[in-house]
Amino acid sequence: MAGPLTQVERVAITPEAADVVRRLRATHGPLMFHQSGGCCDGSAPMCYPRGDFIVGDDDVLLGLVDDAHPGAPSPAHTAGTPIPDDFSPVWISGPQFALWEHTQLLLDVVPGRGAGFSLEAPEGVRFLTRSRVFDDAERAWLDACPAPRGRDIS
Amino acid sequence: MAVYPAPGSSESSVAVKPRYDNWIAGEWTPPANGQYFDNPTPVTGAVYTQVARGTADDVEKALDAAWAAFPAWGKTSVGERAGILLKIADRIEANLEDLAVIESWDNGKPIRESLAADLPLAIDHLRYFAGAARAQEGGISQVDEDTVAYHFHEPLGVVGQIIPWNFPILMAIWKLAPALAAGNCVVLKPAEQTPVSILHLVELVADLLPAGVLNVVNGFGVEAGKPLASSSRIRKIAFTGETTTGRLILQYASQNLIPTTLELGGKSPNIFFADVMAEHDAFQDKALEGFTMFALNQGEVCTCPSRALIERPIYDDFLELGAIRTKAVRQGDPLDTDTMIGAQASNDQLEKILSYIEFGKGEGARLVTGGERAMLGGDLNGGFYVQPTIFEGHNKMRLFQEEIFGPVLSVTSFDGYDDAMSIANDTLYGLGAGVWSRNGTTAYRAGREIQAGRVWTNCYHAYPAHAAFGGYKASGIGRENHKMMLDHYQQTKNLLVSYSDQAQGFF
Repeated sequence: MAGPLTQVERVAITPEAADVVRRLRATHGPLMFHQSGGCCDGSAPMCYPRGDFIVGDDDVLLGLVDDAHPGAPSPAHTAGTPIPDDFSPVWISGPQFALWEHTQLLLDVVPGRGAGFSLEAPEGVRFLTRSRVFDDAERAWLDACPAPRGRDIS
Repeated sequence: MAVYPAPGSSESSVAVKPRYDNWIAGEWTPPANGQYFDNPTPVTGAVYTQVARGTADDVEKALDAAWAAFPAWGKTSVGERAGILLKIADRIEANLEDLAVIESWDNGKPIRESLAADLPLAIDHLRYFAGAARAQEGGISQVDEDTVAYHFHEPLGVVGQIIPWNFPILMAIWKLAPALAAGNCVVLKPAEQTPVSILHLVELVADLLPAGVLNVVNGFGVEAGKPLASSSRIRKIAFTGETTTGRLILQYASQNLIPTTLELGGKSPNIFFADVMAEHDAFQDKALEGFTMFALNQGEVCTCPSRALIERPIYDDFLELGAIRTKAVRQGDPLDTDTMIGAQASNDQLEKILSYIEFGKGEGARLVTGGERAMLGGDLNGGFYVQPTIFEGHNKMRLFQEEIFGPVLSVTSFDGYDDAMSIANDTLYGLGAGVWSRNGTTAYRAGREIQAGRVWTNCYHAYPAHAAFGGYKASGIGRENHKMMLDHYQQTKNLLVSYSDQAQGFF
């Protein structure tokens, strides 16, 4: 096992995707993501105006995306405090998280035209989730720092 | 072998408009904001037409037209409505080839499938619901000697339908046929990836339906689908897609207190018990075809049998034969009648599949065959093609748990019946499944134990109109096909009638 680790990100964003998020936020206000599953455009992240999608108690907060600093560590979230408007929370359903938690999600963007009600589609681009498997040291860190659920977020 | 010329070319019998408007109140209606979006063909990736970029104003206009048409349409006799559905079916049949060509051009699927499956099934569904609606009867219950409960079927009114891009015409007909047969008016939003073939269809049958009964608003999900799904002026919403949007649609439906049917996909297991290899015969051949069905429609099927579970004693031999069968799937120009697998429907779909293939390798799955984007030469190099791909792994891998919606199969072994059931049901979804065995008892028990709405037994990917289709667990709510589908588009009116002159005795 590797030595002590600093923060491990459950979700990160590419600079290209961060540019799109920044543009969408200027138009639509604070945003949120919810990672979808199932057919058609399933397995793709959906981007909505914050609050449009009702987060369930069992949904898991993978992290906050800071589109101004895509390469930097994700902003930490303190339970019980509101999520600042300029960070975009990334959620996934509880049961899906149980199957995905061994992987890091990287929000990217490609040319395309996804369906669903995701905000970026009219711009001719589509957010895409890329993934990689965490190593043992990262898993150990993550196991010690469980992700908050919808019920934990005010 | 034949290769159909591209729609819009001088050799093609299929003309393409430079622009497609919305279809509202029986006529082409430009979008309120005057905007259009480019529509590419996945065959070459080239833009070949533009389509109306509808918004909330267009949805409102379509709802106005639909509600204006409803009082008369809802009161037509069921015989009259059935007659219209039969005429629509006949009209499609007479133009089957042209519709199949535009379907393949807009979606990327091989013309072989459009000609032999998509269009014939659409025609049959219309005929089925024409018959089912006429044969449907309300119920009468005699409560006591002088009291009778009469049950009548009534249409809901105006309904919203959001159509996926994998079978644009067939999925539209799956939803339209029962809705129209039951006397509803419809506002339909095609997928923005594949809007054109449905527009060809509505224009083709325009003279058969009263104006406003069927309205089509094109556009993006967020701009046109959302105003439709969240409208307080629809009496029902039907959606095929994925889970997050499904939840959002239920959220809107809860605000309007309307019923919803959702079909949200799956991760369907295809289970091969050891006895399929007991003989080298026609049944074994059929089972190997069943294994290869993951490549049908480029894997873009909600019930794609994307998890193959093979009993350990035959695992190596069966997988080897299955891989040979998969390598024989001919990939090429979707408009070539010899092509068996065509293009993925969009660039983002292509990118998603390729990212999953890369991820699968990183997750430790072993690539058996395929695993690359297919470059087919010439103009097709701009299209969105993926080689049929097989991975070996285990059921906890994400390759086994997420619908990739591409021609990517994840294979694992099992030890005996109980292990097969455990793996098959270890999924968030429950839409389809396949069971292959020469032993009828094994097949029956497995079919009953698998938590999925459709269990194909010694067959796969058959979609007859009179077999109910829909999901357990996260795969959705409600059913499509079968006469029970009429219930999803009807109110029940109960008249509780007393023929007694005596007071009830309360006061």
